[in-house]
Amino acid sequence: MSDHITEIIVFSFLFLLVSGMGFVAARWRRPDNMEHLDEWGLGGRSFGGWITWFLVGGDLYTAYTFVAVPALIFGAGAAGFFAVPYTIVIYPLFFLILIRLWSVSHRHGFVTPADFVRTRFDSPTLALLVAITGIVATMPYIALQLVGIEAVLKTMGVTGESAIARHLPIIIAFAILAAYTYQSGLRAPALIAFVKDTLIYIVILVAVIYLPYKLGGWGSIFDAAEAKFTASPAPNDGITLNANNQIQYITLALGSALALFLYPHSITGVLASKNRNVIKRNMSALPAYSFLLGLLALLGYAAIASGVKPITDPATGKVDSNTVVPLLFDMQFPSWFAGVAFAAIGIGALVPAAIMSIAAANLFTRNIYKEYLRKDASPAQEARVSKVTSLVVKVGAVACIVFLDPQFSIDLQLIGGIIILQTAPSVALGLFTRWLHRGGLIAGWAVGMGLSMWMLWQIPNPATGRAHFGGSAFPLSDFGFDTPRTIYVGFVTVILNLLVAAVVTLVLRAMKTPDGVDGTTQDDYFADEGDPRVDKDVAAAVDHKSST
Amino acid sequence: MAEPETPKAVPVARSDRSPWNWLLLIPIVLPVLTPLFNHDSPRLWGFPAFYWLQFLFILVGVATTSLVYQMTKKR
Repeated sequence: MSDHITEIIVFSFLFLLVSGMGFVAARWRRPDNMEHLDEWGLGGRSFGGWITWFLVGGDLYTAYTFVAVPALIFGAGAAGFFAVPYTIVIYPLFFLILIRLWSVSHRHGFVTPADFVRTRFDSPTLALLVAITGIVATMPYIALQLVGIEAVLKTMGVTGESAIARHLPIIIAFAILAAYTYQSGLRAPALIAFVKDTLIYIVILVAVIYLPYKLGGWGSIFDAAEAKFTASPAPNDGITLNANNQIQYITLALGSALALFLYPHSITGVLASKNRNVIKRNMSALPAYSFLLGLLALLGYAAIASGVKPITDPATGKVDSNTVVPLLFDMQFPSWFAGVAFAAIGIGALVPAAIMSIAAANLFTRNIYKEYLRKDASPAQEARVSKVTSLVVKVGAVACIVFLDPQFSIDLQLIGGIIILQTAPSVALGLFTRWLHRGGLIAGWAVGMGLSMWMLWQIPNPATGRAHFGGSAFPLSDFGFDTPRTIYVGFVTVILNLLVAAVVTLVLRAMKTPDGVDGTTQDDYFADEGDPRVDKDVAAAVDHKSST
Repeated sequence: MAEPETPKAVPVARSDRSPWNWLLLIPIVLPVLTPLFNHDSPRLWGFPAFYWLQFLFILVGVATTSLVYQMTKKR
């Protein structure tokens, strides 16, 4: 541990600095009345271009992404680079979708995607399914942010014998995070994101220039990686794709891209922006993070070239491949700079964890508490329930990591991306057309979920020796095709989901089943900053604010 | 009392429609065409084509969304 003392000091200093900012954030851009879900949960829907860029960037490109993607490249090569096409495709794909979602949410005061589904399809049941899907998909994602911090702590030698001692730093970190999120709401991660992203950009820029200089240039880094993959017995690794994993690469990139902006925490970030142009401009500005992620991914190869051996967990005896990048920094950088890099990853975990817990809390408050437990809840009561729920969510995430095998969270997150895709017909398509019947959407969701679970159950992972939930690459031979190729589970199941929704819609229409009333109008989807709102409370609050 | 039945007529119907939006398809389709870029050579600064081409696609994406934003901006 004493070898890492400089790193630990730098890490702790930056971590505490940021925690202080988290508490101060409550006073940043302070509203007249913080006791409203729009203020606590959406930062007053007032963020401009820069804040949105940092906030959404810090939200989408999480600490877990930053350790897991290079780890994937380190282990499998080109197949792990799917993160780049994935984050290219997202922005043009959602360019026209998100502005409609923003407009209709602005007009009606929606806080969650389930709020929209509730009003659009006049179906509390469908909204409940969307809300539960969102909460279930988000919870393991929060837990995974802890895995990101743990990878850093392990590298610094901060471990212990008992389960509690080993996890104590994380428990403390999350307690601090929970306290300032409770206090400041979405303003806390928005303010911290500035520090986090600045640190990350500095670290990556230094890494991609300094490491090749030390390791003989990018050419020899790629050659070292190729030599490793040629020597390894695994069939699908290499620095380019082969005939069998290209479909998986494409469908994983497309499927993940479609899923990302359906996650409640991404939508929270988008709805917090102040107008449509902020969103449109960010669709051009956010790819800067994709560039960063691509460069970071390649550090997996730099780790191969510098001979990194991932840490084996003494308690479980398992190799933790997520320690690859932290170890690379530890080996190659002077210890003070390694400390900065570790802080960047550690703080990087706090921003998305805060936004995710806020998003999950908002879903509970708006679509379960207000819908089923207390129909006449005031905005102030909503804000209180959300604040308390955000605490519960974080305790749950910590418990997942402390008491369960972290692998369980990784599996759940894999499932999360696939199940959140099943809300695409209601949320994304629902923004454009109301043709699908609410009953059809519910049926499609159920079938999509069922098939997803069955397919994931079938996938073994030979590397870890497990028979089920071993990955998201489904062998097409299991469907009876005579081929060794694989495909992304979510891609197959969301298509089936849509087909079922369409067929059931036709049947229900033929049976003249009531379709409910659309609570939105055509013009709602184009509303912009300054347009009147439907919700009286919100309209009154805004009028009050603008008159002061 | 001319047309009581028309549902809340909006003076000028707003729309996001524009032919420029079709450009958005380019950065969606390009990264999916793996045969186009799944090669080691030619290398650029030591990066195999597979990698530098996909980095290039990020720039294509930025250029496209920026162009569409500028061309469809109101006022």
